[in-house]
Amino acid sequence: MLSCREVTRLVSLSQEKKLSFTERMQLKLHLWMCKRCNDFKTNTATIRAAMRSFADGRDEDQNPPK
Amino acid sequence: MMLDSVSQEAAPAEESEKLQDKEYLQTIQKQMLKFAEMQLNDHQLAEDAVQEALIGAMKNSKSFSGKSAFKTWVFAILKNKIADILRKRHRTVEVTNLAGSGADGEEDFANLFDERGGWTQGTQPTNWGDPENSFKQDQFWQVLETCLTGLPERQAKVFMMREYIGLSSDEICQQESLTVSNLHVILYRARMRLQKCLEMRWFTGEGANA
Repeated sequence: MLSCREVTRLVSLSQEKKLSFTERMQLKLHLWMCKRCNDFKTNTATIRAAMRSFADGRDEDQNPPK
Repeated sequence: MMLDSVSQEAAPAEESEKLQDKEYLQTIQKQMLKFAEMQLNDHQLAEDAVQEALIGAMKNSKSFSGKSAFKTWVFAILKNKIADILRKRHRTVEVTNLAGSGADGEEDFANLFDERGGWTQGTQPTNWGDPENSFKQDQFWQVLETCLTGLPERQAKVFMMREYIGLSSDEICQQESLTVSNLHVILYRARMRLQKCLEMRWFTGEGANA
């Protein structure tokens, strides 16, 4: 069983590469039972979305010129 | 789309007037230069990139929809320039980078987790609700910027390369002479810090649901 700490590391890693089958299963199992880590995972995705939005000039209709 | 109802609806003319405001322009220019120098490690290159971005902004100020804040917009131009420069350049490895190729210092977030690796009381992540709601508020972006500025320098640099400039892991490892696992550690630490910072300053603070 993964600890919450290990889960945070895997959640971050999953933004960089595809996790192994075992890692994915362990992660799933933990997230299924742990609300805190579930929030952590959602928040991690939110930060990425915020950075994308920030980088794109916060306006999807407008592509910043090169 | 999701920002359709952005509160700040400055007219294009109003926004481009900011280009005439010398003091405002100088402040922005300083911030741009700081960011460019951090990413490029080269004062001259950084100055050139900033200048080009500003000139680009002036040229296109009329076509600019006025929806996004001027600052975000010039930074987006600068970001594209930096990405181009970084991608073209095959970095000669610097001694300082080699020396610091490890992840910066020991940082194990001991206060966040107990000895068994569980969240300690009071530090657990919370539900941030509908983040789109936050994205619509100018204040949220100011808080995000504050949190990014608060990261240790190396974390900030690498995280911005990844999530703002949009370089791939391989590209960053090459630029920064990092191993992939070093990169992962640095990104992990940056994400942890950012999440804590946003949590404290925004999501559980006053801003989010005000």
